[in-house]
Amino acid sequence: MTGILIYLIILLITALLSPILIRKGGKTAPWLLSMVSAAGFAYLLGFAGFISKGNALNYTIEWLPELYLNFSLYLDGLSLFFALLVTGMGSLVLVFSGNYMKPYPMKHRFFFLLLLFEFAMLGLILSGNLFTMFIFWELTSVSSFLLVGFNHEKPEARNAALQALLITVAGGLAMMAGFIMLGQMAGTLEINQLLQSGDIIRNHPHYLPALLLVLAGAFTKSAQFPFHFWLPGAMQAPSPVSAYLHSATMVKAGVYLLMRLSPVMGGTPEWKYILTITGAITMILGGYFAYSQTDFKKVLAYTTISALGTLVLMLGIGTDISIKAAIIFLLVHALYKGALFMIAGLIDKSVGSRDLRKIGGLSKVMPTASLAAIISLISMAGLPPMIGFIGKELIYEAKFALPDIGNLLLVAGVTTNVIMVAISLALIFNLFLGPLKYPGEKPKRPAFALRIGPALLAGISLIFGLFPARVADFLLSPAIKSIRPSIDSLKLSLWHGFNEVLLISFITVAAGVVLFLLYRKVNPLLTHFNTKVLTFRLADTFNNGLNMFLYLTKRKTSFIQSGYQRFYLMAIFIMTSVLAWYQLIYTWPEIENISFSKPGFFEMMILLLIVSSTLIAVLVRSRLAAILSLGAVGYGIGLLFIIYGAIDVAITLMLAETLVLVLFMVVIYHLPKFANFSSKASRLRDAAIALLVGGFMTGLVLKAGQLNLNPKISDFYVENAIPLAHGSNIVNVILVDFRALDTLGEITVLVIAAIGVVALLKLKTKKGSAT
Amino acid sequence: MEILLAIVIGLLYAAGVYLLLRRSIVKLILGIMFFSHATNLLIFVSGGLHKGQPQFANDGINAVSSNPTDPLPQALILTAIVIGFGITAFFLALMYRFYQVTGTEDLDDLKEGENK
Repeated sequence: MTGILIYLIILLITALLSPILIRKGGKTAPWLLSMVSAAGFAYLLGFAGFISKGNALNYTIEWLPELYLNFSLYLDGLSLFFALLVTGMGSLVLVFSGNYMKPYPMKHRFFFLLLLFEFAMLGLILSGNLFTMFIFWELTSVSSFLLVGFNHEKPEARNAALQALLITVAGGLAMMAGFIMLGQMAGTLEINQLLQSGDIIRNHPHYLPALLLVLAGAFTKSAQFPFHFWLPGAMQAPSPVSAYLHSATMVKAGVYLLMRLSPVMGGTPEWKYILTITGAITMILGGYFAYSQTDFKKVLAYTTISALGTLVLMLGIGTDISIKAAIIFLLVHALYKGALFMIAGLIDKSVGSRDLRKIGGLSKVMPTASLAAIISLISMAGLPPMIGFIGKELIYEAKFALPDIGNLLLVAGVTTNVIMVAISLALIFNLFLGPLKYPGEKPKRPAFALRIGPALLAGISLIFGLFPARVADFLLSPAIKSIRPSIDSLKLSLWHGFNEVLLISFITVAAGVVLFLLYRKVNPLLTHFNTKVLTFRLADTFNNGLNMFLYLTKRKTSFIQSGYQRFYLMAIFIMTSVLAWYQLIYTWPEIENISFSKPGFFEMMILLLIVSSTLIAVLVRSRLAAILSLGAVGYGIGLLFIIYGAIDVAITLMLAETLVLVLFMVVIYHLPKFANFSSKASRLRDAAIALLVGGFMTGLVLKAGQLNLNPKISDFYVENAIPLAHGSNIVNVILVDFRALDTLGEITVLVIAAIGVVALLKLKTKKGSAT
Repeated sequence: MEILLAIVIGLLYAAGVYLLLRRSIVKLILGIMFFSHATNLLIFVSGGLHKGQPQFANDGINAVSSNPTDPLPQALILTAIVIGFGITAFFLALMYRFYQVTGTEDLDDLKEGENK
């Protein structure tokens, strides 16, 4: 298992080094990168024998075990199946990209992102702890964001990237909350332990909220209705990305999560109904929109949505047969859809268009690619002898086996499949067979690197279809067993004998052919209908909501962040005094029983001086009078200090006060007269705020009188003034001896202030120009 | 006396707040000075009021005399006064400069200047 960890690290290092390699390595570089991925595939395949015997591997590095937070890897049938998919598809897509991305100047960045995604996706699949999985999950969202927005000079690409990111990340956050709840319920987030604690979780009172949160993550990632709209938008990405992320791997992460957790959370009525209904709606919706598109890639995107819906539906049904069907269909879909997306890219590259109305008969210029595409499309249609046929048969069987809502689901499934057959036939006969049509120059034969990926995938589809039993034993059975250990074996064959399922298959194909024959007539109508009548688009609604949110935030910010300093001060004063008043009123009775000293005549006079000077300073219009009154306040306070035995303080205060007055006089000469800026109402408001603050400060002083500041500190200074500091003026001794370092800091502040003053006054500036 | 002093301190704070909320930068400085006065008094009063002789250690043995005035708040206020003086001096220079460069003493003009 450490080997797998090392492989993950190698993959990350390869990703980091890939830009250099792509720049220097020339043509061979993508092949080298592909080899790294293929090596991972081969290495993982080596585990298949061991895993297929029912074993599982676990590897844990403890991180914060108290919070169930570990870095864990877990390899069983299911994760092996997905890991092989990720590495296998990865190596093919890397080769494909090598040629496809040639004209892009930023291709080194592309390869870095693609490999980073592969690392993240493989990490997600192999995670043995839900938090580890979450981290990789978000990393796939981020790399998907960067890849969708790769053509960042196009606004549509940027918009689609942002949309995909926001939806998947929002879902991811919900999912994390769900994981935390799972951790609280089960006391662990290790997958191998969670698999044992399904009963605890399903019977827990918080089961439903946790389920909904986890499903939010899975549904957003796997583009389920109503979150499906980000996936067609993500088709702005270069075709290799669509083939890899948005059909074969990343969008399946949600399905993977559902499969992983189905022994833990599955099987309840909530699980069953939410999954089947969401899956069925997504399935039919995807089918309809796929049928009515004219862009090849958009057709593929919507069929992908439809397929993801089918997978979720299968997991929701949750019978033995439906789980078998889900795993097989997942493989089937990854094979044909990966091939088809690469072919879409190939067509786009050599023909310069993906518009189904403008191109056709491509088998005459690109026979290999067309053959691969036709094989894949037959698989998509679910026709024999392809593996797609087996997948579809099983899905029908699964729906048959369901007692209550099975019939309804069967109708939905048949409808969707009829559409799939029609689309496949339309693509085969219009795009690849038939008369050659192209908008621009005559298309060239695509390069070998572009053809090999689709050809291999189509070949595998065909081989699996012809010899399904081998694959089943080796790969699929272990995966199915990790979802449901009670399923003992998987018998796959093309021929099931005459039964209801086969009958329905016939009906499907017949209806599909009819729908195909209508395709040319109906498709423009539907396209028209979609643009004219069906104007409500979830993607637009999402954008509008986003804009609304940004607008409101802006309004809120400009309200709070007014930019006027007095409003900031006002907010601080009001908030502080309201809180302080609350506390003061709350503890009021304690103030009442305090004894106070009686004031003498001198003190009364001094207080009178302070009060009257204060009022003058505030109210007077003359600057000089205001400053002098302020000085009087300062001297008054100094006098109070003298009366109460604080000689040093009084001297310092009076000196400082004098200096300030002098400074003021110097500066005031250069300043204009007081202007009256504010209205009467605002002055009254400010006065009210001022009294509010002043009032609580009064209360604070009264309360402070009760406090007994720790006398030990003062006693220490008093007792040790002479023995330790050899001085009898205790205040002085504290400042220059006991707390000398503080005084040094104080002096430093003064020096800095003095330097600042000199700098400000000496700097020569021209009036009006900033310095 | 404590009650009266408390009211005076409250008044000083109120004056400070009121002046801080003015638009004129000169009044802003006056407000800050009121704040520092009020705070000094606050610290002083919270140390307890004791009329009479300043606190001196007599001979080191019998230091705690009949005068229980607490020396610690005084030391703190001393520091505060000096720092307050430094701030005021710096602020005055800054205000002078501000007026020279912007030609205004209205703080609201700072906001408008930002948008230019």
